[in-house]
Amino acid sequence: MMLALEMYRSPAKFLAAKAVGGRIPGILTGPAAPLRLVTINEPKAERPGWARIRPILSGICGSDLGMVTGSTKLYFSAVVSMPFVPGHEVVGELLDDCEDLPKGTRVVMDSVLTCAARGVEPCENCVSGNTNRCDRITVGHVAPGLQTGFCQDTGGGWGNVLVAHRSQLYAVPDGLSDERAVLVEPLAGAVHAALRAKITPGQSVLVSGAGAVGLFATLALRELTQAGRITVVAKHAKQRELARAFGASDVVAPDEVFRGVRRSTGAFRLKPDFGAGEFLLGGVDVAVDAVGSKDSIDTVLRVTKAGGRVVLSGMPASGADLSPVWFRELEVTGTYASAREEPNGRPAFETALELAGRAPLDGIVGARYPLYRWREALDHAHSAGRLGTVKVAFDVRAS
Amino acid sequence: MSRPGFVLEVDDRTPPLLVHNGEGFLLERFPLGTRVVYPPEALPAVRDVDEAIQSALLNPIESEPLPDLLRAGMRLTIAFDDISIPLPPMKKPDIRQRIIEAVLELAARAGVDDVELISANALHRRLTPNELRDIVGERVFRSFFPDGKLYNFDAEDAANLTHLGQTRHGEDVEISKRAAESDLLVYVNVNLVAMDGGHKSTSIGLASYKSLKHHHNSHTMIHSRSFMDHKRSKMHESAWRMGEILTQHVKVFQIETTLNNDIFGGPLEFLQKREWEWSVKDQASMLGTKRALAAAPGKLRHKIFTDVRSNYGLTGVHAGKIEPVHDKTLENVHRQHLVEVQGQSDVAIMGVPFIGPYNVNSVMNPILAACMGLGYYFNSYRGNPIVRKDGAVILYHPVDYEFSQLHHPSYVDFFEEVLAESTDPATIEAKFEKQYAEDPWYIHLYRTSYAYHGVHPFYMWYWISHALDHCGDIVWVGANRKTVERMGFRSASTLQDALEMVSHSVGRSPSITYLHNPPHLLADVR
Ligand SMILES: [Zn+2]
Ligand SMILES: [Zn+2]
Repeated sequence: MMLALEMYRSPAKFLAAKAVGGRIPGILTGPAAPLRLVTINEPKAERPGWARIRPILSGICGSDLGMVTGSTKLYFSAVVSMPFVPGHEVVGELLDDCEDLPKGTRVVMDSVLTCAARGVEPCENCVSGNTNRCDRITVGHVAPGLQTGFCQDTGGGWGNVLVAHRSQLYAVPDGLSDERAVLVEPLAGAVHAALRAKITPGQSVLVSGAGAVGLFATLALRELTQAGRITVVAKHAKQRELARAFGASDVVAPDEVFRGVRRSTGAFRLKPDFGAGEFLLGGVDVAVDAVGSKDSIDTVLRVTKAGGRVVLSGMPASGADLSPVWFRELEVTGTYASAREEPNGRPAFETALELAGRAPLDGIVGARYPLYRWREALDHAHSAGRLGTVKVAFDVRAS
Repeated sequence: MSRPGFVLEVDDRTPPLLVHNGEGFLLERFPLGTRVVYPPEALPAVRDVDEAIQSALLNPIESEPLPDLLRAGMRLTIAFDDISIPLPPMKKPDIRQRIIEAVLELAARAGVDDVELISANALHRRLTPNELRDIVGERVFRSFFPDGKLYNFDAEDAANLTHLGQTRHGEDVEISKRAAESDLLVYVNVNLVAMDGGHKSTSIGLASYKSLKHHHNSHTMIHSRSFMDHKRSKMHESAWRMGEILTQHVKVFQIETTLNNDIFGGPLEFLQKREWEWSVKDQASMLGTKRALAAAPGKLRHKIFTDVRSNYGLTGVHAGKIEPVHDKTLENVHRQHLVEVQGQSDVAIMGVPFIGPYNVNSVMNPILAACMGLGYYFNSYRGNPIVRKDGAVILYHPVDYEFSQLHHPSYVDFFEEVLAESTDPATIEAKFEKQYAEDPWYIHLYRTSYAYHGVHPFYMWYWISHALDHCGDIVWVGANRKTVERMGFRSASTLQDALEMVSHSVGRSPSITYLHNPPHLLADVR
């Protein structure tokens, strides 16, 4: 038996959570939350290639919060299996030998449950290394679930034990602290987003949002591409400071985006009549939405130059106005998780491990909570930006 | 009969003194011993203005009479100063109208057909058709404007600029192509302050950014002591060098006019009188105006002030060769504005009024308020600044966060983006100027709307760099704390607080000078 946080199916609670939808985190993490702390059976690692992992630190991701608050798209309901233990940003220790990795190895985990993990013939995407696009995430010998942390069979990082397949694991170099290693999964996502942005040397980039996704995207863009000016939209003082430290050329407040981008790119700013949103003629070459809100998407679509690229890195809300995509012939690209073979020919996790070693990431894990303090932990994560925290994590061993 | 400038020391019989404070004024009690410098009273005006103009055109200085320069088939261009002077704008008819009409009459008589009129606005905003009409008058406007023969200079119209060469200092001289290719360029100037006129008229008024950047930069401007003294102003030295090149290519007939200090008439006449000489009627109008302003909503108050039109009497009109004409002009300007002041003081106090050269019919935004106080007034000296090195300047203006998006779009961005990063003119220049100067949106608004050129706020900021360099403390009384702090200054709620704040650098009983303008004065600090 083990202690774990469990997400369980409770349509009433899901709806209740959705109704208060992130507005009142106190209530949300109160009785209405579709999450509970339970003692359950450990997941089993009986098939070849599978091993148990004891998490050390497990991050709280925006998608976890979205799920708990009910703002996550129902789109996902078909690709998860309830109940499940959330947590896909994990640094942990192998409890069993796992092929070439001996028991005791510190590992991080690519949470996508691909054909390899499911023991099925690899699909076309898995063959080509685009593992995050795997088409078989509901079949095979593992319960449906797009990732560890959304799957009934594997357990997740917010519990004392989870199981993972060798194809998901990367050994953590000795010199890399747990606090840095727990960031490798989101960093891998940022590596993927940065490379998906296909930036040519000198191109201007806007990153909308300076939470963990936006900040890591900024870091990856600066480290892995030859982007010219990188403008980051940040609301809070600490975010502004970090954005600069991670490579932003300039930082603008959300209500300053149009002015700031217009200025830095020498674009023309148009304000249509009748209350329609303003937009730029000209603008950045590439925009990365790292928020997912309607406002953020509307903004990035309106400040990207004609023929430019918009990268959706946050899970998008509905209701954004797509007219700029049509009128400005924008190329809109999604980025989800990360791939085993990125455009630079390597797994995103390898690149991310290197980044985690050299980037200025001290203090990025700003708060650690034992599992039984989960309400405070989620509340803190929910207001992280305002509180000057980038990443809140569960200290699973302290639980 | 006029009286010269007047210096008074505040004693216990001195009434509260009027201080301009944006769209309003205050009555302030100054500490005993404060030295108050009043502008000289208006000089007597020329009685027959038309006659004076004729005489200047027919008996020019070091030049053939204008009729002798005019012949059929020639290209004649008349350029004139834009709306930035005089301040406030003058009652109709504008002196420029009367001169332009006189020139056009002579041209018509000589059979000149090819005439164009250009507002020499350099990087200032375009004048609206109504504003052009106010300057040149209805008749001229109707004859030239519809055919596109009366227009604003466009410093961004590359096809209509001509590069005349470089000065011996490597400065580019690039001006209006039409002016450069004219057989005669007649320049019609209004001189309200000693900064204007001379080679500044053509070499700056009709020049492009490429040309202007050689002297409108922080280095040149910090080394101009002062702008009111063209022999000690690096900016003017540069303009004069450019003028040499320009006049090698183009024949210029310069017409300069000087105006007296008669700027507030009617119910506002008390504004240009000395307080202890206010009659009962003056006191009544002062109280009435003060009450009306206090009661008026912002829009109305703004209108009351933007509607001010001044009487100005003409004190001289001279025509001919640029340099000797300008010498005459300066004589007249100095005669009107110079006030002899003995020695510098620890503190200078100045009220910033509702209008400056760059907010005519518009809003005085924080940068313009700073420029008006620390560029314009601070530099209104000959010899030495009124305040000693490392002394303090105390200014009055509300400095509200208020910008005209129509006229000053790049100012908003300058305030938000540039000043957030640095207030140091040289740093700002190196990091941001080029980008603002070349921003296509600002250029578009400058060319097609009524916006100042994107680089203009930089010039305003460079203009105050001498004051920033010279003064130890700069404090604004009654100003918006946030806007003032963004510009690197401090704000105080009262004069007493301001003096308290500067006491660490100037002591508890500093010597204080209050420059009681407008009307304009030029402190001749000995
Ligand atoms: Zn995640
Ligand atoms: Zn697959």
